[in-house]
Amino acid sequence: MLYREVGEFKTSYAADQQTFPIRFDKLAYFIILAFAFLVVPFLINDYWANAVLLPFLIFGIAAIGLNILTGYCGQVSLGSGGFMAVGAYACYKLMTGFPDMNLIICIILSGGVTALVGILFGLPSLRIKGFYLAVATLAAQFFLVWLFNKVGWFYNYSASGQINAPEREMLGIVISGPNSSPQAVYLVCLSFLTVLALIARNLTRGAFGRKWMAIRDMDIAAEIIGVNPLMAKLTAFGVSSFYVGIAGALLFSVYLGAVEVGEVFGIQKSFLVLFMIIIGGLGSIFGSLAGAAFLVLMPVVLKNVMVGSLGWPVDIAAHFEFLIVGSLIVFFLIVEPHGFAMLWRIIKEKLRLWPFPH
Amino acid sequence: MPAEFYYGVEVFLNGLMAGVMYSLVALGFVLIFKASGIFNYAQGIMALFAAMTLVGFQEGQIPFAHLINAVFGTEVHHFGWTMPAFFAILFALGVMLLFAFLVEKLILKHLVNQEPIILFMATIGLAYFMEGFGDLMWGSNVKKLDIGIPQGGNFWIEENTAFLGGADFYGFYLDTLDIYATVIAAVLVTSLVLFSQYTKTGRALRAVADDHQAALSVGISLRSIWVIVWGIAGFVALVAGIMWGSKSGVQFSLSLIALKALPVLMLGGFTSIPGAIIGGLIIGVGEKMFEFLIGAPLLGGATENWFAYMLALVFLVFRPQGLFGEKIIERV
Repeated sequence: MLYREVGEFKTSYAADQQTFPIRFDKLAYFIILAFAFLVVPFLINDYWANAVLLPFLIFGIAAIGLNILTGYCGQVSLGSGGFMAVGAYACYKLMTGFPDMNLIICIILSGGVTALVGILFGLPSLRIKGFYLAVATLAAQFFLVWLFNKVGWFYNYSASGQINAPEREMLGIVISGPNSSPQAVYLVCLSFLTVLALIARNLTRGAFGRKWMAIRDMDIAAEIIGVNPLMAKLTAFGVSSFYVGIAGALLFSVYLGAVEVGEVFGIQKSFLVLFMIIIGGLGSIFGSLAGAAFLVLMPVVLKNVMVGSLGWPVDIAAHFEFLIVGSLIVFFLIVEPHGFAMLWRIIKEKLRLWPFPH
Repeated sequence: MPAEFYYGVEVFLNGLMAGVMYSLVALGFVLIFKASGIFNYAQGIMALFAAMTLVGFQEGQIPFAHLINAVFGTEVHHFGWTMPAFFAILFALGVMLLFAFLVEKLILKHLVNQEPIILFMATIGLAYFMEGFGDLMWGSNVKKLDIGIPQGGNFWIEENTAFLGGADFYGFYLDTLDIYATVIAAVLVTSLVLFSQYTKTGRALRAVADDHQAALSVGISLRSIWVIVWGIAGFVALVAGIMWGSKSGVQFSLSLIALKALPVLMLGGFTSIPGAIIGGLIIGVGEKMFEFLIGAPLLGGATENWFAYMLALVFLVFRPQGLFGEKIIERV
């Protein structure tokens, strides 16, 4: 019962493309989902929600977004922080401009706004490639942060230059602002992540995903076999920015509540999301989530061990965090350039043949 | 001539000086990129680390003092001696060479034949590692670096150019440190060019840059070349670290100049040493002039943060290989 399928029994294309070809996996997936939706809300408190679960869910969305662009379409972006800022500020303008609009609609619309900005900054990708493009996305990062800092319209001319999320309700429950309960916020973020991950999985195994992967593997060859690079690259930029924008909007509206753009959406965030997908696995939805979980959990664990148990000063723990993250990235690239997702796949291959490995 | 014009000229000159500083960092990138095809994101952190090490040696700091204190409950910070600048520079250089050796041994050796983007990400990881390591070793406080280069406005230039303008013009203000930096950069570039043109190792370096496999087949050891190149890049990082460190103190923001060096490289082309210099000058002058003419009066200032990237972005759309880069030819 633990695991099945000792060989290839597939007879149709649909069977080959299944997300969960093994019944045990499917069962495990639904059990985890049910656990996350039905049990976890009763277990969490403020600390767990704010320190671990919410950042994981939100950065999970951002990581899936970046993975679509970098992992599936092969366009490296260092501008995720800037695009998250676009999502956050779009959400803020929508929330304050249309006070009666449902917050969920605001967040989805701000994802749409970010998608448009992403397509705009994706246009140079048709001419430039590789590092050059990575550096070009840095332009987006710095320009957007500067823009939100300097132009008063974006933060409604507030004296501090910060944006603050007003209180919004859904079905009578407060989901944003200082009075929201961790359970409600958790469920909102979890629903977004579940739906978006499902969409991403289906997009990437459909026609769009195959076009993106063709472009990633070799763009000239892809062009010759009939993939339109303009469409493929721009849709990748658009979809990816949509995800990243939603992550930014969630981060601002339901999680942090107040945002100062240079601090929250700086270049460090871009790198953080990039590391999530490197460690998790390029070109894998599961990998994006695994990477996000790892990089969110690790600082918390390190801090608890070094500051809490060993009693070291906070700054030394922070230095160790950098050191460990850096060495882990190098280590993963050397040992397994495809990250956690690949390790998981290898384990599964072994399990599928078990107990008859030959 | 109106005073604004002279002020504009001064901004232009200061832009040139800032450009020299960018070029110093960009130079390190070009060296490594040419010889190994690796885009070394850690170059900026290397400059920071080198400067930290230099200060650490000069002031006789005990490495990992904070960590030792935290673990053993002791209170040690300094050995109690100070080292002359010259020896400190030598020791710091030694550390950078050791670093180059270790990078090759522990990282690059295992990543031969990987895609460039994987190597690029590995250097980002390396940058994070060094940031944590450097802070752990020498502490993360802002340090003052002083190896005896004079600083402040240069009175000689100020006095001798004052006659150009009217009564309200007091001459051009140029930082002496920047002038030193310019001279040092010129010496550095000249010696690097001479080294790569007229020595045996230099020839080997150029051969590797041209074609890895052909170089291997005539008996050039790729791995020792990489150590040498990373060593030279470490040296360039040390020079850049000294210059930037004396200018604005040794602190984390030093590593961000690495990001500024990226547009410099894109303008100049990743493979050209003169390109790095000229790209640096264009970016330096461009961002200062843009801030002076358009940014500060019309856009609310602080445009220096993004101008360089935007310039490079627009430029790349028209000429993807940069000003001096080799033409990119792609085959299926």
